[in-house]
Amino acid sequence: MQRIGVFVCWCGSNIAATVDVQKVAETLAKEPGVVHSMNYQYMCSQAGQELIKEAIKKHKLTGIVVCSCSPRMHEATFRKTAAAAGLNPYMVEIANIREQCSWIHKDITEATEKAIVLGRTAIAKVALNAPLVPGESPVTKRALVIGGGIAGIQTALDIADAGFEVDIVEKKPTIGGKMAQIDKTFPTLDCAACILTPKMVDVAQNEKIRIFSYSEVEEVKGFVGNFNVKIKKKARYVKEDVCTGCGLCTEKCPQKKVPNDFNLGMDTKRAIYIPFAQAVPKVATIDADYCTMLKTGKCGVCSKVCTAKAIDYTQKDEFVEEKYGAIVVATGFNPISMDKFDEYAYSQSKDVITSLEFERLMNAAGPTAGKLLRPSDGKHPHTLVFVQCVGSRCDSCAEKGKEYCSKICCMYTAKHAMLTRDKYPDTDVYVFYIDVRTPGKNFDEFYRRAVEDYGVHYIKGMVGKVSPEGDKLVVQGSDLIANKQIKIDADLVVLAAAIEPDKSARPLATMLTASMDTNDFFTEAHPKLRPVESPTAGVFLSGCCQGPRDIPETVAMAGAAAAKVIGLLAKDKLTGNPCVAHSDEMMCNGCSSCERVCPYGAITYSDKEFRGPNRTTLIRRVASVNQAICQGCGACTVACPSGAMDLKGFANKQIMAEVDAICK
Amino acid sequence: MQKITRDVLIEKAVSLLSDGTVSRVLGYKKGDLSYDITPALFTSKEQLEKEFVFNDFCAANFAKYLVKETKNQTEGKVLVFLKPCDTYSFNQLLTEHRFDREKVYAVGISCDGMIDINKIKAIVGDGIISVETDEKIKVNTLYDGVKELDKNDVLLERCANCKSKKHVAYDELLGEDGEVLDSNRFDQVAELEKMSADERFAFWQNELSRCIRCNACRDACPACTCEKCVFDNPNSGVENKSPANSFEEQMFHIIRAFHVAGRCTDCGECSRVCPQHIPLHLLNRKFIKDINEFYGDYQAGAIVGSRAPLVNYTKEDIEPIDAVNKGDK
Repeated sequence: MQRIGVFVCWCGSNIAATVDVQKVAETLAKEPGVVHSMNYQYMCSQAGQELIKEAIKKHKLTGIVVCSCSPRMHEATFRKTAAAAGLNPYMVEIANIREQCSWIHKDITEATEKAIVLGRTAIAKVALNAPLVPGESPVTKRALVIGGGIAGIQTALDIADAGFEVDIVEKKPTIGGKMAQIDKTFPTLDCAACILTPKMVDVAQNEKIRIFSYSEVEEVKGFVGNFNVKIKKKARYVKEDVCTGCGLCTEKCPQKKVPNDFNLGMDTKRAIYIPFAQAVPKVATIDADYCTMLKTGKCGVCSKVCTAKAIDYTQKDEFVEEKYGAIVVATGFNPISMDKFDEYAYSQSKDVITSLEFERLMNAAGPTAGKLLRPSDGKHPHTLVFVQCVGSRCDSCAEKGKEYCSKICCMYTAKHAMLTRDKYPDTDVYVFYIDVRTPGKNFDEFYRRAVEDYGVHYIKGMVGKVSPEGDKLVVQGSDLIANKQIKIDADLVVLAAAIEPDKSARPLATMLTASMDTNDFFTEAHPKLRPVESPTAGVFLSGCCQGPRDIPETVAMAGAAAAKVIGLLAKDKLTGNPCVAHSDEMMCNGCSSCERVCPYGAITYSDKEFRGPNRTTLIRRVASVNQAICQGCGACTVACPSGAMDLKGFANKQIMAEVDAICK
Repeated sequence: MQKITRDVLIEKAVSLLSDGTVSRVLGYKKGDLSYDITPALFTSKEQLEKEFVFNDFCAANFAKYLVKETKNQTEGKVLVFLKPCDTYSFNQLLTEHRFDREKVYAVGISCDGMIDINKIKAIVGDGIISVETDEKIKVNTLYDGVKELDKNDVLLERCANCKSKKHVAYDELLGEDGEVLDSNRFDQVAELEKMSADERFAFWQNELSRCIRCNACRDACPACTCEKCVFDNPNSGVENKSPANSFEEQMFHIIRAFHVAGRCTDCGECSRVCPQHIPLHLLNRKFIKDINEFYGDYQAGAIVGSRAPLVNYTKEDIEPIDAVNKGDK
């Protein structure tokens, strides 16, 4: 028979104001198995924990129930308390009488009654608890960073700096990400390439870092400390270790009409290309969709001009399998498609562009070599209209845009407006905005400079329509402060498109069994206290994959994620979760139901010999659970028709006892 | 009457026994009464000729017998005769790795529908001496002499709503293979769905109150092949639940329906063997109908290795939050 102690917490007035804690403690004292029951102001305090320890020793308790806040808050605390008093930490059950009771009820009688039921339920469960001992698993001391933008680069550099090996998987032919496409950075206006490319070179030269460029994660198996990852190295038809990056092939290739995605399709590149001058690795890549040799078998110019003999038209996608202890997701963002925003005439006029396209127009390495020229006729624009919140903060049009604020647009639009006015004082620049949001160091000063020093016309209001008329774009909008409709004959319209997570994030989240929100941003383990960790152990988040953020925030987050990874890799062994599934071989039918629902691939089958009647031997197919892989989700226990699968710490019998206790 | 005759089956069984393909035969044996046919194991020509029968009462589904029959150490294969509906159970058990396919020689046999003695009893009343199943059903009664019935009037419910004449598994086929049929098997479920919750509860209370917990439904069910049934296992937490009171007694059937959901091929054995005539198949059919409607048509046992929607995790599975949002719209 268990000797159970019950500890009812007031949580100051959080619980005690709506629940009669005295009555709860007194009523629960009469439950079978309960030998000690008390209440106290703050059970989680040092003094409260001492009370628990004393009671465990004095009353020789075999199990305890703490009626307090959510187990997510203090289960670990009370387990440690129990362990310190010599009780197995898994003999602790928490009855959540705060979040699920006192906070949501107003009537003290009702809330007290419910608190008693919740306490009784936990007592019924703890009576069937058994001491559990967690297993240990080794840690592979290498990290994987998925995504090679500034987030991934910084995370990798910081991890490598601590002495651990890091691999970066980047789907594009070069690392660098969106930051490589940006011209200047706010609020200091230093050149993005000047601060990014040295970091890219650092990555390339760091002995601890390997870059899998033009590669994608294909499959993830395993668990924290022991991930097995299959990486697809896409065929680039150029031998990476042989190519010197001289670029001769990219000049001689006769296929000149390939849209240049690095410049967002505003100019063309060759079928064999190096995305930009500072690319890392500086290796050419053949675009198989356009290469004449790959499509028709006739050409081979690049191969002829290549002195290093690096071209290999027979190259195939290659798969490598690697082991990692930790995985960092740094998959970044993209501007949303403007297809659904016909009112801005994006698809009708070449002179309606997105802000990222504007970055390339202003960039010295861009399609116009840094001269601000209209994409349609190459003329210098005199009147520019910037439209903010295109697809951001869409309350009523959620299927068209995003409900959230994309956070970076106010600042980069101020930057664009300021740079335009600075370089071309003959221009008129208008910015339509809902609000100007500038929380950040030196951000508001920057915005005010655009208005006050550079004379950018900020108009509070939204643009209703952009219509191309002749070589002008007629912008109709409202000025809410002057309370009038305005019409501007613009030469160039720039749309601050909302940003969204990269499309590769969703399938990746599935592979990692990491959770996402409705916008496909990765969810953090705790919004305030664990912002760079995914709820899935061993998976960390860096940069815009978790939510919109600017470069300094991304770099800070990258460092934070790296610190978490380093903390993990520094351990030699990890303590597992003992609340895992196990199969009773005597009852297992070998039907595979559990295997089919297991999201972690933790269940395998084998034929085993069993004693049959009359000294015979029976061979039966039975399930076994790899306890290191099992995450204790319990899907198998409900799929198992015979009840052979059960979860330690959450046994079917315990759950039944809980239901009985509630229904009593 | 069946197009495949007893003689054809015996001839096939004898030839397979004599050439060593099989060492034993799962077949139908005459019981105490002419309509009381039981499954049996035959090992010789003499035994087959003496006791083997095949007629309109041979409804039993043999698939489940293979679990035990392939597990023992007997040498050689076992011959099993499978009607089209039995082949679905056969495949489902293979999907669940419940018997060794290598130890079975399966002969598919065509089926012209089996008859329900209870329907005959309902028409002619008590005092049935024997039943002959020719073109017409001839019932020899104690009080009223011979009565002739139309076979269509006395078909088993599952045969009247036959879902398939197609064999989905066999090593060899006797007679003709048919097609998957458009049956009206969900009509009665649809009627139950139209009832109010109270009416439906009353309906099932009435039906299930007759249950005597003889376990015949479970013992005949080809999906119920657990090494140890949860209702026989004191540690399951379910075992002591079902008999706690009359309501929980009835929970037995609901729990059982949940256990076979997605694996039930709708073979109808549960209702056929129920001595209290409870239409248990309706519980299973409700699940099948729901699965079809929620996840697209799925027939358990149609394909070996197919994954039932309820017990199948894939990476493409809808996220719970999306399902919630869908529900809102």
